Amino acid sequence: MAKVLIENLYKIYPAEKGRPEKVAVDNANFEIQDREFMVLVGPSGCGKTTTLRMVAGLEEISRGAIYIDGKKINEIPPKDRDIAMVFQNYALYPHMSVYRNMAFGLELRGVPKEEIRRRVDSAARTLGLLEPDNLLERKPKALSGGQRQRVALGRAIVREPKAFLFDEPLSNLDAKMRVETRTEISRLHRQLASTMIYVTHDQTEAMTMADRIVVMRYGKIQQIAAPLDLYHQPANLFVAGFIGSPPMNFFTGTLNASRQGTLEFVEKVPAGQTPFRCPLFPDTSRRLSYRQDREVILGLRPEHLHPNSLTSGVTLEATVEVVEPMGAETFVYLRTEGHTCICRTTQSEFIDLEGKKLNLGPDLSRAVFFDPETEEAIPT
Amino acid sequence: MNPTRSSVPWLSRVALILLGVLFLLPFFWMVSTSLKPLNETMKLPPQWLPSSPQWHNYPDAMQAMGPFWLYARNSLLLAFLNVVGTVFSSALVAYGFSRLDWRGRDSCFFVLLATMMIPFPVVMVPIYGLFRALGWIGTFQPLWVPAFLAGAFNVFLLRQFFLSIPRDLSEAARIDGCSEFRIFWQIILPLAKPALLTVALFQFMATWNDFLGPLIFLARENQYTLALGLQALQGTISGTPWHHLMAASTLVLLPVLVLFFLTQRTFIRGIATTGLK
Repeated sequence: MAKVLIENLYKIYPAEKGRPEKVAVDNANFEIQDREFMVLVGPSGCGKTTTLRMVAGLEEISRGAIYIDGKKINEIPPKDRDIAMVFQNYALYPHMSVYRNMAFGLELRGVPKEEIRRRVDSAARTLGLLEPDNLLERKPKALSGGQRQRVALGRAIVREPKAFLFDEPLSNLDAKMRVETRTEISRLHRQLASTMIYVTHDQTEAMTMADRIVVMRYGKIQQIAAPLDLYHQPANLFVAGFIGSPPMNFFTGTLNASRQGTLEFVEKVPAGQTPFRCPLFPDTSRRLSYRQDREVILGLRPEHLHPNSLTSGVTLEATVEVVEPMGAETFVYLRTEGHTCICRTTQSEFIDLEGKKLNLGPDLSRAVFFDPETEEAIPT
Repeated sequence: MNPTRSSVPWLSRVALILLGVLFLLPFFWMVSTSLKPLNETMKLPPQWLPSSPQWHNYPDAMQAMGPFWLYARNSLLLAFLNVVGTVFSSALVAYGFSRLDWRGRDSCFFVLLATMMIPFPVVMVPIYGLFRALGWIGTFQPLWVPAFLAGAFNVFLLRQFFLSIPRDLSEAARIDGCSEFRIFWQIILPLAKPALLTVALFQFMATWNDFLGPLIFLARENQYTLALGLQALQGTISGTPWHHLMAASTLVLLPVLVLFFLTQRTFIRGIATTGLK
């Protein structure tokens, strides 16, 4: 069993000359269930790595507590926390062979030689370090980036820890190797059935690997949810814009009463320009009636803006700026009057349409509304 | 072929050869003089090569110096102790200044650097007084014990090197179960071999060539080092026997030269990686 509980966790760097006090982690609270793959994601400086390092024991905890399997580990040194860590730069010992790199931690713990050999061979076999070439006697400098990262994974696996910690392990790999190693880690998670805490700034990694995701910003947790919940029901503007690539489109406007008696979203535009208007569904209109005449931000994902669609009867006219054909789908970057938006479509006839006008049909059933002041999502 | 383009590397080559000749000239003169009879050593105009090489100058010089092999043994012993002491203590202190975070670390390092500015003659007298109070004058202690207390230059050199070793190596080792000393001993030191060898070589050369230290701290002739023993060949009643002096100097220089040639690749790599010019 390896539940990890983060309770009222703070990391505060005291003020120094020339620098005020910095709160790197601000009251983090969450629990990672046994065998869960939890991803901490956010932009640089959001506190995700600091949180991970506090779990590892590489950073002192300023306030709060961390529990592994119900045991408070604040004062316990890293080697006694029964965790293993995979670093961004692999952190392999350059003067030791692959075998020794993987065996080192076990040697320090007095594990018998035969047991070390058994564990290292087993992990090496799982990670493809024995076939087609036996890499065990090579030094790290004779390995490729992907091979080094697999050795780093192997070093963690042989420890058979309660929890695996990953600090942006794929950042130094090329795109193809990143996809391969990502799949490898997910497969390992299923195979080992271990608790894993994974830090990344890449929301694609978070979405594809996680059981649940913790989104962080400026040291604060923004939302904790399963990937698709984060995607479809973001808690605030930041999460909505961070998760999903290309990012969500945001339109600022007000909810006005329409002639039909329901509410209508009217985009706020400078004088002289035509605002984008779209009526809300009756249910949504009823639920948001208390916000009549108040400003809101309407969020629509690129795949919910359909080009040349007349299904809703509402269209937003825009000029095509850039078309990115990705093969299976196309991203179209458009400009409305003073506003840019992105639409995503599987139709392929948009190549060569740069400069032309398009009508976009919003799918309002998938729209998300946000309060412009608090930036929180408005429940509908 | 464009004459301007080809003349640049040719010119550099000539300049480098000339510089090389200039640097080698004292060594050449020393070896040449060591093989001359005395009457050819101070001739004017200078005689570059001996008329016939006097190889017996070498055993004669060793005899004239006194107990040559005893001096050599003393030099070797002191060099060994200094190298071991310096390498270990400087590495330990440099580790503290580079791989550990503690309050006042950078201020202490600044103070350490400042001590590098103090020339030895300035502190020579108070240090002599200190060793006299300890009863160490006339023993070898003043010449090797301070090596175990980490000199500023070597600490600085090693600190710079240690700073270049990624921090996550130490963190990985910490998670693997290493104590701080084990990280120093099993992870950092093996990676610092070029820098450690550089420190060892510098210290060996400094101790082997040290004249002032043995002069002021040693009392009896049987404690003398080779550097001090060379003095016996200078300024005798009948004048300086240059041929013997040069022969003895060549002999004293030989171990350092051999060591350098054996280790020059590592030595140069060590200087390059520590950023020393």
